Amino acid sequence: MSAENLKLKLKIWRQKGPNSAGSFSKYEVAVSPDTSFLEMLDELNDSLERKGEIPIAFESDCREGICGACGLVINGQPHGPVPLITTCQLHMRNFKNGDTIWIEPFRAKAFPVLKDLMVDRTGFEKIQQAGGFISINTGGVPDANEIAIPKDISSLAMDAAACIGCGACVAACKNASAMLFVSAKVSQYALLPQGQPERYERVQKMVKVMDEQGFGSCTNTYACEAECPKGISVTNIARMNRDYMKAKIISKNVEV
Amino acid sequence: MGWLSQSLNSSIGKKFVMAVTGISLILFLIIHLLNNLSMYLGPETYTALVKSLDGIKPLIRVIELVLALVFVFHIFNGVRLWLENKKARPGKYAVNGSVKNSTLFSRTMIQTGSIIFIFLVIHLNTMWYSFNFGEAHATHDYYYFVAEAFNSNIIYSLFYIFAMIVLGFHLNHGFQSAFQTFGWNHKKYFPLIEKIGFLYSLVMAIGFASIPVYFLFFYGGN
Amino acid sequence: MAVLNSKIPEGNISEKWTNHKFNMKLVNPANKRKYDIIVVGTGLAGASAAATLAELGYNVHAYTFHDSARRAHSIAAQGGINAAKNYQNDGDSVYRLFYDTVKGGDFRAREANVHRLAEVSNNIIDQCVAQGVPFAREYGGLLDNRSFGGAQVSRTFYARGQTGQQLLLGAYSAMNRQVGLGKIKLHTRKEMVELVVVNGKAAGIITRDLVSGAIEKHSAHAVVLATGGYANVYFLSTNAMNCNVTAIWRAHKKGAYFANPCYTQIHPTCLPVHGEHQSKLTLMSESLRNDGRVWVSKKKNDMRAPADIPEDERDYYLERKYPSFGNLSPRDISSRSAKEVVDEGRGVKGGEAVYLDFEDAIKRLGKKAIEEKYGNLFEMYETITGENPYTVPMQIYPAPHYTMGGLWVDYNLMSNLPGLFVLGEANFSDHGANRLGASALMQGLADGYFVIPYTIGNYLVADKPEKHSTDHKEFEEASNSIKEITAKLLSTNGDKTVDEIHKKLGRIMWNKVGMARNEKGLNEAINEIAELRDEFWKSVKVTGQAEELNQNLERAGRVADYLELGELMARDALNRKESCGGHFREEYQTEEGEALRDDENFTHVAAWEFEKAGKWNRHTEELNFEYVKLATRSYK
Repeated sequence: MSAENLKLKLKIWRQKGPNSAGSFSKYEVAVSPDTSFLEMLDELNDSLERKGEIPIAFESDCREGICGACGLVINGQPHGPVPLITTCQLHMRNFKNGDTIWIEPFRAKAFPVLKDLMVDRTGFEKIQQAGGFISINTGGVPDANEIAIPKDISSLAMDAAACIGCGACVAACKNASAMLFVSAKVSQYALLPQGQPERYERVQKMVKVMDEQGFGSCTNTYACEAECPKGISVTNIARMNRDYMKAKIISKNVEV
Repeated sequence: MGWLSQSLNSSIGKKFVMAVTGISLILFLIIHLLNNLSMYLGPETYTALVKSLDGIKPLIRVIELVLALVFVFHIFNGVRLWLENKKARPGKYAVNGSVKNSTLFSRTMIQTGSIIFIFLVIHLNTMWYSFNFGEAHATHDYYYFVAEAFNSNIIYSLFYIFAMIVLGFHLNHGFQSAFQTFGWNHKKYFPLIEKIGFLYSLVMAIGFASIPVYFLFFYGGN
Repeated sequence: MAVLNSKIPEGNISEKWTNHKFNMKLVNPANKRKYDIIVVGTGLAGASAAATLAELGYNVHAYTFHDSARRAHSIAAQGGINAAKNYQNDGDSVYRLFYDTVKGGDFRAREANVHRLAEVSNNIIDQCVAQGVPFAREYGGLLDNRSFGGAQVSRTFYARGQTGQQLLLGAYSAMNRQVGLGKIKLHTRKEMVELVVVNGKAAGIITRDLVSGAIEKHSAHAVVLATGGYANVYFLSTNAMNCNVTAIWRAHKKGAYFANPCYTQIHPTCLPVHGEHQSKLTLMSESLRNDGRVWVSKKKNDMRAPADIPEDERDYYLERKYPSFGNLSPRDISSRSAKEVVDEGRGVKGGEAVYLDFEDAIKRLGKKAIEEKYGNLFEMYETITGENPYTVPMQIYPAPHYTMGGLWVDYNLMSNLPGLFVLGEANFSDHGANRLGASALMQGLADGYFVIPYTIGNYLVADKPEKHSTDHKEFEEASNSIKEITAKLLSTNGDKTVDEIHKKLGRIMWNKVGMARNEKGLNEAINEIAELRDEFWKSVKVTGQAEELNQNLERAGRVADYLELGELMARDALNRKESCGGHFREEYQTEEGEALRDDENFTHVAAWEFEKAGKWNRHTEELNFEYVKLATRSYK
């Protein structure tokens, strides 16, 4: 469709496994500006495989910005230079001929590198398993229209629920804090009437596990919000802070 | 009380401690600045003011003790957070992208805080010690003590000015950050809080720095 | 033979499910914890099944090849979920939803299943709302609905353009709760590579740990597969990169029948292919056709820019051919028409794309109105293509999107292998030959939340399956055979990469087993795929080791399965000598070029029994339409 191929130098982080030391490898590619960033890596991998070399491991699945599987740090920015999109939605026309591109995995103690650009985000799962739900069983629930929820509240809850769990917030944060991710879930339920019964219990449980997983603390730099592909707002963090301290003061449960 | 220490030692709890102590210090700085600015009203007024404070010494001591505790908590927690947060992010990125996603003020709290800490030690050692136990205390000539201190030592003065600019940086992030930590981030009011914070930091930096500037450049000496 | 007993309960259609629920045997609450159930796949169907079964007290082992259940491709569904709530007071009912679904499926689905689906549709919405799914609401605070996919009632519930995401996160949260409670053992990054059958019953699975490469054996009283569809056989589809047929295909090779593999849905409004390195196709919401006009040049290989093609040299082919429905003609018709003009060489600059033009709509309604309606879609288009659709017409082309076929299951969602249950897109059940918009999410959740929890209990009590030791020889054999296949893939060391072969297969499938099929093409496809399969096993190059994280090896295993599935799809298409829904045979069309069903000979499900690669036996299950009378769809 469009212009000439871009010649690019890639510096890609290669690491054999969680316990090996990693380093950057240099590659040179020529790609069409219409290619997506991950398609460029596919192409590179195909050429590596052809030579019998081990292709670069990276994760991606839906390639339309919703599954949250992909996530590379491109020139220091999680999901690259274009705001509000994921790595898989980034296209090469955002780069210039002759550019050098540094491609790194998300770096955080809580996200150990599995191989090359792939990290283990199990920490997120543990937090969700600790309290990211409303404790109801299937069946026996009231009619869906039984509770009226103001449109703006529902809409705020949806804003928070739009989180795709990619981990870019952790990758962007200089403290590798997971506050934006956790607060998005906490907020969704804190805003909705359905979430009220467990509101204060939930926030305590989720924060506890968040701390145990080795994520850092929030120091309000808001890098997370700036890099979030879904534009999740740090007002969710404020809401979680509020709910958490309130829970600590009013809740009768001393065990959490 | 296990729950209390557990709460305050959680990631949010530690931030909460930072915010509470930070806000306390922000309030203290307002009083301190007002006190300093009274120097512009002349030596008599200033000396009278300091002397009047001398009259309620026991109360001042209690306040100072509380203040000292606030400082200790703020510093201790700040350093602890910094150390822990460094551990949470062991690997560094080859390209630093943080310029694109966060402010300089927010990223440098430990550095600005450390400079302010050094300043604090020097400040306590020269000003506070002298006012309470040393030379100024003996002569009750507080105004001239300060004037001379700045006028006679350009390096000392420049360090003061530098430290106050750094304080402004620290406060600019700290002010709004405390509100965020308390959970008072409201779409309507938060931009206002940020503006007030900026104004506050500007006033503090300029206000405190103006004293050494004044004595260094505009004070003829008597 | 004669195993295809659909086990449809007796009685009036509206009472079948109710009666059946009463007649099924129950497992004593205290005994449920004695049963282990394996659930493979954690999308809508899998996650909802795992959560619900665990809530009931069963020990659930859930497997996903992702790092998290939330990554399953259900997450990408945009449009919405249907339910017969009739909140809009516009005449909807369970019966109408049932009727529309049977008709929409071109009379190739089981009436009893579809009615049950319509019945439980309302419970699904209630359940999701209680879980905290933030569905769109009206200003009064009640739920909003929209009409979707040409339905005459507004019965679609939605959460912005992310309904699938929100529903999946709901099911995921229910599942996480059970993981936290210890009732679900969640096994992430484990790909099912083999089904283990002991004494004719499903007894467990073999998985490959995608991080360590370890081959592991898992045993249970029953196995539930909810592993999605197989549109990636086309290489380019709207499915996620890792969607694959492996779980159900390996089960098929162990004896489970594969039903109606040729029923595939090609979605008309996707972004066209931009180059040979394209990895997948992106769906653009069908709602764009409400205001966009579809056209191509009247000339062949017209290389002019769209703005330079004068009005009288443009062919608005949908408006021309289907004056009453025009640009809103159903998916299959729109897709096929696009292919026709492209085959004539009249696609965009002679290529595989047609224009979707908003110029008239912008003139009529103003740019602002268009922006309000489609703003985010236009942005998404621009992000991907770099072209501004407000000034340059969009380019679209159809792409494989959903597969209606899948493992054959009876009314209880159990395959012909006792103890093997199949849910969601992985089974063949409820959509017939064509799926209506907003019905996939409904079916996945219906199966998981409201059907399997009842029917699996009946199996456990009635069949009394035992849990075998993983030392049993069937487990050993299955695990060894996987290790052998892996070793073979790694040692072939040829000169063709996995993707290269997959792309070749995709081309064959798209050209000959795609939107329009004919006998000659299908026969060619069967031969070409068989040849390609030989080529694969002779000259594929897979790098790395078995016992490590090896994405190349993962893909190789999946492509090996597509190379068999592709042939079966072609065979099924060849044998179904009629056109219905997503299956269009060029030989069977009306004079106006419309699909021509052959109800006399093909009102049945074709379920294929695997003998060996290249050799299958066709079985049939007759379909009876007692309530919805067989009729021809017409959109003229």
